[in-house]
Formats: sequence, C-alpha cells, structure tokens
Amino acid sequence: MRSSRWFALLMLLFVALALGACGGDDDDSGDDNASSSAEQAPTAGIQKNEKNASTKLVIGSKNFTEQKVLGEIYAQALAAAGYEVSTELNLGDEKTALKALEQGDISAYPEYTGTALLSFFGYTADKIPKDGLIAFAKAKEGFAKKDLTAEPITPFVSSNEVAVTKETADKYGLQKISDLSKVADKLTLYGSPECRQRLDCLLGLEQVYGLKFKKFVPVDIALRHEVLTKGQADVSIVFTTDPQNKREGFVLLDDDKGMFPPYNSTLVVRNDVLAKAGPDFDKVVADVSKGLTDEVMQELNARVDLDKKTPEVVAGEYLKEAGFIQ
Amino acid sequence: MILELAQVQIRDRTDTCESNNGFCPDWIADNFDRYVDPFFQHAYLTVVAVAIGFGISFSLALVAYRRRWLINPVTQVTGILYTVPSIAAFFLLLPITGRGDDTALIALVAYVLLIIFRNVLAGLDNVPEETKDAGRGMGLTDRQLLWRVEVPLALPEIMAGLRIATTTTVGLATLAFFAGAGGLGEQIFSDITFKSNVVVAGGLAVVLAAALDGLILLVQRAITPWTRAVAAR
Amino acid sequence: MDEGGRGPMTTTFAFLGQFGEAIDFIFDEHESPAGGAQVGGLSNMWDLMREHLKLSIEAMAIACGVSIPLGLWLGHIGKGGFLAINASNVGRAVPSLALIAFFVAYVGVGFTNLVLALVLLAIPPILTNTYTAVRQVERDTVDAARGMGMTGFQIVRRVELPLSLPLIFGGIRISAVNVVATATIAPLAGVITLGDPIINVNTYGDEGRLAAALVVALLAVVTEVSLGGVQRMLTPRGLKLTTAGRRRHPFPITRREATS
Repeated sequence: MRSSRWFALLMLLFVALALGACGGDDDDSGDDNASSSAEQAPTAGIQKNEKNASTKLVIGSKNFTEQKVLGEIYAQALAAAGYEVSTELNLGDEKTALKALEQGDISAYPEYTGTALLSFFGYTADKIPKDGLIAFAKAKEGFAKKDLTAEPITPFVSSNEVAVTKETADKYGLQKISDLSKVADKLTLYGSPECRQRLDCLLGLEQVYGLKFKKFVPVDIALRHEVLTKGQADVSIVFTTDPQNKREGFVLLDDDKGMFPPYNSTLVVRNDVLAKAGPDFDKVVADVSKGLTDEVMQELNARVDLDKKTPEVVAGEYLKEAGFIQ
Repeated sequence: MILELAQVQIRDRTDTCESNNGFCPDWIADNFDRYVDPFFQHAYLTVVAVAIGFGISFSLALVAYRRRWLINPVTQVTGILYTVPSIAAFFLLLPITGRGDDTALIALVAYVLLIIFRNVLAGLDNVPEETKDAGRGMGLTDRQLLWRVEVPLALPEIMAGLRIATTTTVGLATLAFFAGAGGLGEQIFSDITFKSNVVVAGGLAVVLAAALDGLILLVQRAITPWTRAVAAR
Repeated sequence: MDEGGRGPMTTTFAFLGQFGEAIDFIFDEHESPAGGAQVGGLSNMWDLMREHLKLSIEAMAIACGVSIPLGLWLGHIGKGGFLAINASNVGRAVPSLALIAFFVAYVGVGFTNLVLALVLLAIPPILTNTYTAVRQVERDTVDAARGMGMTGFQIVRRVELPLSLPLIFGGIRISAVNVVATATIAPLAGVITLGDPIINVNTYGDEGRLAAALVVALLAVVTEVSLGGVQRMLTPRGLKLTTAGRRRHPFPITRREATS
C-alpha cells in the first residue's frame, strides 16, 4: 500500500545519495597530477614556507562571481604558501566588506579602485583620475589612513557598463550613453537595489548624463543579464568582465562623459596582519595578481557563470594552469 | 627570479546546456556532490528541530491534559510563534542569538510547537471514556492509564501531527541559510536562474520531506499494529 | 550603529538598542548605508507594505476563485477525494523558496509570474478544506434537501456551502498567512515587498532589516487573528457546541482534514 511505496522511495533515495556521495569525488577536469609522491622542484610555482603556518588569515569577498573567484584565488595561493587560511566570501556590498575588514573579522578582501574612491574616500565621479595607476595611488593613500594596505592592482579592469540588447541599440541608434538622453523616458532600467543611490550607477547617470528613465526596477545582481534576455529590461547594468555580454551579443554603451571610474582590483589588507605575515604575503599576492588580465578574468567568470563550476574549483584551475600550483 | 607565467586556457564556448541555464542531466550527474552536504545539513536541522519541538510540546500537552487551564495560554503563545513567518523569525533572533545553526533551530522549534501540542491534546481527548473507565476498572493508576491506554490510543493523532510538523519544517528549513545555517535553500539561492540547480535542490527538499514522512509512517505502522487492520485513513 | 561591548549585560542592552533602532527606522528616514538616498520612514514602509498586500490579496483572490468552486463541486459529487486531500500533503512538502525559484528559472521574474507562484502555494489548503467540509455535511441534511426538490446547484449553494464556511475560512486563513509570509521573499523575483530590507540589507541597513522583520511578523499575526475572528463569526453556534462538546478539542489537525 502506501507504506511500501514510501519505503521503496526511501531506498531509492538512499541508493541515489550513496552513489552521488561516492561517485562525485573525482576531479572533473582532466588532472594529470595523479602520481606525485616525490615533489618536483617548483619552477615558477608558489613555495610552501613552514614559518607561515603560524599566521591565520581570513580572506573575504563581496557577493558576486568575480569577487568570489578572486577571494578563492588569493585564499588558495596563500594556503599553498603555507599560511592557515579560511574564507568569508559573500560578505555583501563594499561598505559591509570594509566594515568587516576594519573590525578585524577578515584579514583582507579584493576591492576595486574606482569603488573605493567613490564609496569610501568621498570622490565625486568627475574628480576621479581616469588613469588606472593614478587612481590606484589615490586609493592606496586613502586606505593607508585607515591602517590598511592596498596591494598592487590587477591588469584587468571591471567596470559597470550600461548594456542594451542589439535590437534595442539598433532600434534607437544607441552607441554611447549620451544617445540615451533622447529615449530614456521610454526605457526601463534594471539594476541592483543599491544602484539608485550609487554615483557609479543610476545616481551618476542622472547627475552626469541627465538621464531620466521611465522606470527603475531593482533586481538581484544575479539576474542582471536575465532581465535583458527575457525582454523585461530595456537597459541593464552589467560588469565589463561578464561572460554573458559576449554570448548574448549585448551592446555596451560607450562612456563618453567618463562617468565610470577605472576599476582595477586590489587586495586590501590590514596592516597588523601584513606585519605578522612576513614577506611571502606580498610576493604571493603580487605574483598571482599579475596573471589576471582582462581575458583571463573573463574566462574565469565564464567558467563559473556559464560552465556552472564553483568559484573554488575555478580558482584552483587558474592557479594550476598559470603555473602557481603544481 | 622572473615569473614565467604559463598560459591559462581560454576556451571557445559553444552553446552548452548549462550556459543556457537549462536542465542538464550530464551536469547534474557530474556536480551532484555539491548538493550532498547541504542535503544532510537540511536533514539535520529538520530532525533536530522536530525532535526538540516534539519533546517540549509533548510534555506541555501531558501537563495541560490534566491542568486544563493551561491549554488556552499555551495555544495562544505557540499560535503566535506559529504565525510569525520563519524568515522574519530568523532575523528577529539574529541580534539575540547571532548567525548560525542555533538561531535557525530556535525558530524552527518554535514553529513546530503548536502543531504537536494541538495534536497530542486532540489525540488524548479523543480517547473514549468507556475505554478509560474499563482501564480504571481494571485497577490502573492514573499514570498507568496514561501510558498504557491513553497515549497509545492517541498515537495516530500524535503521529499525524508529527508528520505534518516534519514536512513543514523541511520547507521552512529552506530559508535557514538566511540565519547562517546552510541547507538546500543556500544552493537554490546561489543560482536561482539555473534550471538544473533549482530542480535538483528543490527536488531534494521534496524528496527529504517525502522520505521523512514515509519514515514516520513506517514507525507509526510498527508501533500501532492494531490500526493496520483498520481501513486506510 | 553597531555597539562594541561583549559582556552579557551589554549584549542584553545591545539587542534592545537594535530593536529600538529598528522601530525608529519605521518612523524616520535614514540615509542609506550604501549612500546617496534616503530609506526608511513611514512612506517608504508604506510603499513596501502596499506592494506586499497587493501581491498577497491578488494571489488569494485568484486562489479562492479557483479552489472554492472546485472544492465545492468535488465535495458535492464525492469524487476526486484523493486529489483534494493530498493536495495539501504535496503542497506542504514543497518549500516556498523552491516554488519561487522554479518560477524564476522557468517562467521569469515579474509581478504576474509571482502572483501565479503564490496562487499555486495558496490553493492546496483552501481546496482540501473546502472538499473536506462539504464531505462532512451530514448526508441526512443533503438527502432532505434533495427530497424537498432542490437541484444540485441549489443544494451546494443553500446547504453545503453555508455549513462548510467555517472550515473553508480555516483554509483561507492558513493560505493567507502562508502567502503573506512568502511574499517576503518576493524581491528574489523582482517584486519589491516588505522583504526587500531583509534580502537587500545593504540598501536599508541592519535597522531596516530588523524593522522589516518586525513589520512582516506583525502583518502575519494581524492576518491570522482577523481571519480567525471571521472564521469564528461564521461558525454557527450549534456547530461550535458540538465540536466543543465533551473535551473534544475544537480544531485538531488530523491527516484526514490535513488543515484546519
């Protein structure tokens, strides 16, 4: 009767779980490290230093793909160097992350130069240096006042972008953001809930470009491409390094008034942690950051968002493929 | 030492199932282990919450069975706990108990209380007076009467309440990640547009509910053999 | 905003302080922690509440419009019991988050899609209770009515429906509370309700999140109490006496009834 049907279902469930738990432990990507009992002399790889084992590090990150990947990369690289590392990914937005850092809940997290200047150090969009290195210098100054060190920036730049579908761009002849001023009152903009208040988002678009959209709809950051492809949004705010941009053929409107600041990524660390961690910390972070070009970052994001791998796995792949970890 | 970087493989992505956020059996098979830990965490939260909730409300019901004036106040209080949406409860507790399993468990236990309390009482109240008289006639003390006659006869009602409490708790525990307690809800939330993810994580929650429900039913059949002869409820 | 101290006394006062801040958030505007605009205050809270109520009421209206006639009909003809009763069991096993996520993934975000999801959530308790209520109407009463020459439709309308009203309202009460609770996670599907400060805490701050949790809890309790009052009013005195008679508990939750 019913009981035997439930019993069968139960058995099926346990069998499925047992299979899943046992079978799913293998590496997915082909890994040729199977036999490595004797350690090869590392060439460009990260060297494990026993002295680092006494230093505890907590690496944090904000709550979207690129941030989680960056957090994992630094965490795994530092762990390979012998540190004791744990992660606190998914902190929230930059204010939450900075608070966690200042309170000592985390040791470090990757921040963007542009974001720091806008959100922490009181720069207005027009005052921000357009040159990435100068922007970094200014950000580093600001962090230093908070007893934090901003590590060298990554090559890649990840800015906010104003995106429309190809159809919309063709329909209204849109190439740069200023083109929107004629038609904004007919268009619906979708963005993250904080977008309304951000100078590098809707607030900035209103102030710098004088755009008045027909409607602004807040959606979760994870849905930023979905709403464009499903036709709900006319305009959406995406990131430069989003793999979906190329895939869906979105048109990223040109920032002709230079509203969006440069966004290189820099790992921001507490000074007391840095002092305790020794010279290996700086070296590992600098080396690992060097490999993160635009192309590479996009590829890594694509592996998480499109191939649906976890940030942890993808970070490990990066470190292996770039030669940091054997 | 100059750092010589190896090349990171840049792939040329064609139209794969997962990049389209579709339902992809291959991907599911490869990545199923991602759901195992959350599943067991979910099961843990549910079982512990129901067990604790049952312990508390069963005892309360036994006390209220004798002291009838307790029924109303207990029902009112547990009723309010029952009504407060779990997600609100998680956040109302955060300032007091912080993030983690305990906060989630407290909210989940609170929810279970009314269901079990009402059902245990109803079960006990439904025991026919004649049966109790017969028991007393046989010389049973009040305590013996309770444990040898009333509770066993109330079991169907009690187990029914237990089953309802369990399936509802599985549903509520999906939101437990808001309190920092993990579970299958965290998986769902991590990629809410990816069909495979939503179906597997959601599906596992339903399977868990069904499995626990079936388990309790089996236990009920085992400990109340006299009901097996009766036609299905 | 965030108190430092960690001793037991300071922790007690700390949480009181946070609740005080939350209540303050409801009445006064604050600057958003994300910077740039104001959040909080009665008008902000009212906007969120209005959207929350709009969503809930629309979903409940449609759900009732579907389940009550269906339940009445199935109960009257005595068929479809398996469906009607197990609808609640199945419905209870599906977590609300999973349902919303399923809709977002397969159908898309937006108000209409969300209403649909909530309708699916609301149907099972109403359907089960309506069906069960009609089945519990005394056969003699129905036969007497038939003997008086009433058509099926008249029987439903004049006999079965009035007698079923208390239990039907019990189902409506349960669904309404579920819907109000689930509307809290509506922001995941693009509809900004009272759940927005809870899910998007960056924009509203910790006090905003706590404030929203308080308001949602209050809203749910008000819904439950008011609909419960209506249910009690609808219960004819005679019915109240029989069900309350002789130590039998008023509303047990049995497998048969499934919801009450």
